[in-house]
Amino acid sequence: MRMIARRIAFYIVTAIVAITVNFFIPRLMPGNPVLAVLGRVQAQESKQAIAALELQYGVLTKTGLWGQYVQYWAHLLHGNLGTSLNFYPASVGGLIRAALPWTIGLVGVATVISFLLGTLLGVAAAWRRGSWLDGLLPAMTFFQAAPYFFVAILAVALFATKLGWFPPNSGYDTTTLNPGLDWPFLSNLLDHAVLPAVTIVLASIAGWIIGMRNMMITTMDEDYVLLAQAKGLPSRRVIGYAARNALLPSVAGFSLAIGFIVSGALLTEIVFSYPGVGYLLFTAIGSDDYPLLQGIFLIITLAVLLANLAADFVYAFLDPRTRQEA
Amino acid sequence: MTRLLRSPKILVGLALSVAFGIVAIAGPLLAPYNPSTSVSTTLGTPMPPSAAHWLGTTQVQQDVLSQLLVGGRSTILVSLIAGLAATALAVVFGVTAGYFGGWADDLLSMLANIFLVLPALPLLIVIFGFLGRGADPNDVVIGVIISVSGWAYGARQLRAQTLSMRRRDFVDSARIIGEKSWRIMGFEILPNLVPVVATSFLFTVIYGVGTYTALSFLGVISTSHWSWGTMLYWAQSAQAAQQVHLEWWWFLPPGLAVGLFGTGLALLNFGIDEFVNPRLRSGTGGVSGRRARRAGLPRRPQLGLTPVLPASARRAS
Repeated sequence: MRMIARRIAFYIVTAIVAITVNFFIPRLMPGNPVLAVLGRVQAQESKQAIAALELQYGVLTKTGLWGQYVQYWAHLLHGNLGTSLNFYPASVGGLIRAALPWTIGLVGVATVISFLLGTLLGVAAAWRRGSWLDGLLPAMTFFQAAPYFFVAILAVALFATKLGWFPPNSGYDTTTLNPGLDWPFLSNLLDHAVLPAVTIVLASIAGWIIGMRNMMITTMDEDYVLLAQAKGLPSRRVIGYAARNALLPSVAGFSLAIGFIVSGALLTEIVFSYPGVGYLLFTAIGSDDYPLLQGIFLIITLAVLLANLAADFVYAFLDPRTRQEA
Repeated sequence: MTRLLRSPKILVGLALSVAFGIVAIAGPLLAPYNPSTSVSTTLGTPMPPSAAHWLGTTQVQQDVLSQLLVGGRSTILVSLIAGLAATALAVVFGVTAGYFGGWADDLLSMLANIFLVLPALPLLIVIFGFLGRGADPNDVVIGVIISVSGWAYGARQLRAQTLSMRRRDFVDSARIIGEKSWRIMGFEILPNLVPVVATSFLFTVIYGVGTYTALSFLGVISTSHWSWGTMLYWAQSAQAAQQVHLEWWWFLPPGLAVGLFGTGLALLNFGIDEFVNPRLRSGTGGVSGRRARRAGLPRRPQLGLTPVLPASARRAS
């Protein structure tokens, strides 16, 4: 399991880099934007809010940069991400904790569907090269190239506004329902999640299809596949042999894709006013809520690193060669 | 070169790219109105396309076509600069890491891997958020900042290719003659990496369009700086897609423009991929089904076989 240990070490280093970058960005910007915000909020916010801000960004305090850095780590390790300006006195951690389940549920389910469906379609497109599936590729490329939120806008315009099949926004019907584990709430929840999930699948599936198709075509030229075919095995078995080996680069490519998908999903949430982290991010941008902005960046980064680690475990499970090297 | 031009993917991709290039150069000159001026102060709802306004107007009666043409220059300029800068970084880091190996390679690869797993968009949002939305932003600066988050993938590809090349005979002989390391990298190895550099460039330009549009859609870049993302920002904040009378002329043009520009570049990319690896071509190797049948090719390629046309059939195309 040396490979896993090495990957974990790498993710820890990456997390430290991200946390450090997050610390330095506000302190390296020209013209100290925090001071500008402080000046603006001074008129309306309470003394405590300003004191909290000063503490978090080290303005007007006597501590040196190193002292601030140590203190920043101490706060982080206690789970303290600071206080939101826009939702004062709510803590950044609390706000993100409330929004996170929405995003993880939506992105998780949509990503798994997109990966499985895309891989299967990729196998089919490679096996029947030149069939109608290849004709779909340009359209798929368009959905891949168009931003997620544009696909989302199209989905809202067509399926919510024009056809009225799905609700156009929010996570559930907040006016009539209370969250709980009962059927009316869950079905309402599902109803509101379908359109955002379909958007994410549609916008992310082309990458899996094309990647799998191209890898599959290369694998199908391997001798063992030819042998399987020559032995007269049924096509299903032959496809299975080739697909199992062609799958590995797709799993390895998962780590590259997950960052893009999460970013795209955050934008999708904004179009649907879905109560997840993306929508929270949007309000933070609109109100110059720097502590919230930075907290969201950290949490998203950590979530993406964890997803990467999970993908590495799957890879090590699928490919015995990575396990043997130790 | 003519072989490249025969691929339909390359042709369509080139046509789209050239068309958008013209928009970037001439767009602001062709724009019939000032994109920020309200043409009427009495109307309060977006007007559908008409003879005076080919793509209709926005909520505050700005001309959508003018916004599209003016915003196109900023969008394309930022993505090209992001692509150029990111590719330059990728070449420098990737080729150096692959050529020298050892601790330099370890360090640079580590750096590239960190940038690969860090989610770029949230990081850029924090950076642009602190840069402030007040001042009129500079397209070159935006492009360069975006490039910082987009070089790692290309660098990894180029490193792998350089690694496979550094022990080849021609590199060894250049080293024995006593050529300087930078000369070997720049003049012996790099010319062999042109297809990889080209795909890496196209890839980062696509990345640049998407990222810039996303950032301006979010409103982290001044919302009065016209780009396709800014247009979508205003359309979304006026809920153009949620109105009973769908205001499609407002949100459709900028989104389609981004999508088509990206599709054009992606098709060029696939075309180059297929040029380098002909097996990836769909079915009949780029010739029409009828001609393939006449040449006696199977309709569907078999396992382990890549269709090769006899010279006579190829000349006919």
